[in-house]
Amino acid sequence: MIKIGVPSKGRLMEKTFDWFGARGITLRLAGAEREYAAAVDGVEGVELVLLSAGEIPRELAAGRIHLGVTGSDLVREKLADWSRQVTELAPLGFGHADLILAVPVAWIDVDTLDDLDAAAAAFRATHGFRLRIATKYHRLVRDFLTSHGVADYQLIDSQGATEGTVKNLTAEAIADITSSGETLRANHLKILSDALIHSSQAVLFLSHAADWSDADRATLAALGDKLNVTVPKT
Amino acid sequence: MMRSAGQERATSDRLAAWFVAKGATRVEADILLPAETLLDLYGEDIRARAYMTVDPVQGEMMLRPDFTVPVVQQHMAGGAEPATYAYSGPVFRKQDSAGGRPSEYHQAGIEIFRRDHPEDSDAQVFALIAEVLGEAGLPLRPVTGDIGILMAAVRGLETSTRRKQALLRHIWRPKRFRALLDRFSGRAPVPKARKDLLDRLAQGSPVDLIAQAGTFTGLRSEAEIAARAEALIEDAQTPPLRAPEAALLYDLLSLQAPSRAALDHLHGIAPMLPAILPAVDRFAARLDALAARGIDTDTLPFEASHGRTSLEYYDGFVFSFHAEDPALPPVASGGRYDALTAVLGQGRSIPAVGGVIRAGLLARLTGGQP
Repeated sequence: MIKIGVPSKGRLMEKTFDWFGARGITLRLAGAEREYAAAVDGVEGVELVLLSAGEIPRELAAGRIHLGVTGSDLVREKLADWSRQVTELAPLGFGHADLILAVPVAWIDVDTLDDLDAAAAAFRATHGFRLRIATKYHRLVRDFLTSHGVADYQLIDSQGATEGTVKNLTAEAIADITSSGETLRANHLKILSDALIHSSQAVLFLSHAADWSDADRATLAALGDKLNVTVPKT
Repeated sequence: MMRSAGQERATSDRLAAWFVAKGATRVEADILLPAETLLDLYGEDIRARAYMTVDPVQGEMMLRPDFTVPVVQQHMAGGAEPATYAYSGPVFRKQDSAGGRPSEYHQAGIEIFRRDHPEDSDAQVFALIAEVLGEAGLPLRPVTGDIGILMAAVRGLETSTRRKQALLRHIWRPKRFRALLDRFSGRAPVPKARKDLLDRLAQGSPVDLIAQAGTFTGLRSEAEIAARAEALIEDAQTPPLRAPEAALLYDLLSLQAPSRAALDHLHGIAPMLPAILPAVDRFAARLDALAARGIDTDTLPFEASHGRTSLEYYDGFVFSFHAEDPALPPVASGGRYDALTAVLGQGRSIPAVGGVIRAGLLARLTGGQP
């Protein structure tokens, strides 16, 4: 039996159901309202598991689900060396959001990473501590800034309302997901022009660690045909 | 191959005992270290490489990522001079990729704190490590470098202090250093974003522009923003590095040759880049000191850019010893870190040089032979 993990609520769940439905596979909730039970029609041997989108990367890495739908940003953030643990089978074309760096609009001298780096050096010299960037995407942001040679910053953990940290003086800049940029503008922040850290969307992932029996492989091949998705042979 | 913790520790302790037999004093260091010092020193990168934990009273702590920092702190807190220390124990580094490198491994090392004859101390550390590795009978390839020459070349450039400081700040980040150098020498065009920014800054006083930009938020003050805006305008008017000077710096960055040939080459360019002369003289003195300790300096590989990686603090001589398999980390590495002692010494400093051996890797490569 192949287990496929899908976000358990909201637009992400609806869009995922739509995406599979358009390809002849019906994912649906079963049982009573609010009960997390689900069913799959249109292909044999597939079981639907409803999970929080944030937990799907971990479940894929542990091999407790064979396939999973979640944001590409979450997989890259939560899984070390992600491409060794999961394979991207198909981008699903929804859930688009960009992970960006933003600074106060008043920073007329900062438009690029180069500027941010120079401003960080001066900030540290003036204030005696490293320039603070609030984010929940620690791995993605740190890897990005390291690869671009930005120094003299520190990451401050912010699990929500990240745009407010600058006004509250708990951070000087932020790195967060945005789709329209409205929240950024409302909080007097602007996006750096060359700091698109990751362009995220919902993706169907395959777990390397899951137990793939011969029957499961046959099911995967059949599923791949229906979805018009190339699946790995092994 | 199975890692044997017992064998690794035995090898590491034996190496430290060997350093002690050569005159070093054995020292110990805590495994749990206050994180703040290390974070300030290495920046956010260390968070990705070191294990962090939280103590209810002492705050953020870090599992020892190397011995150098705690050994320097011990020495600066009241060690006698000169001093030679040896140590052995586990260090901890997160491995973010599933490449199979251990995240806990033993290091045996030696550190020399001594004010006179720095080149002789450099040679002593290198020669001791070469000797003890030689006793293991492995065909290890040494590589040496000297970050001091590169720093001297940057300090001697005919350009603004601000540009020199920017280059020095990124000397351990080769990609960013190169990008800055390309821009300062006019080899890379001014990026469009910077041109647009300068155009905007030309439209009014910084204070007016800040007011027009919208609601002010954040801790970085108007004065700080205005100061950098003015610095940007000033920098835009700074002429590019003279072409011959820039060419010499590019030449220096790519210099790779056997040590004596490298010295000849540096003597050749020094008249055109006189600021590097004292550093080149130190390089020459070091080669003599190495030769006096039996190292063949005619063949010893030298690379001017060696040792320029983040998470390092070397500012002079650097070296490493490599196994044949390029996928393996260096079996041994080290260098001079005079500036680090000033950072950790709260106003005091002492010239220092040291090196470490990855005992577990050595044990593995020698098949566990002691």
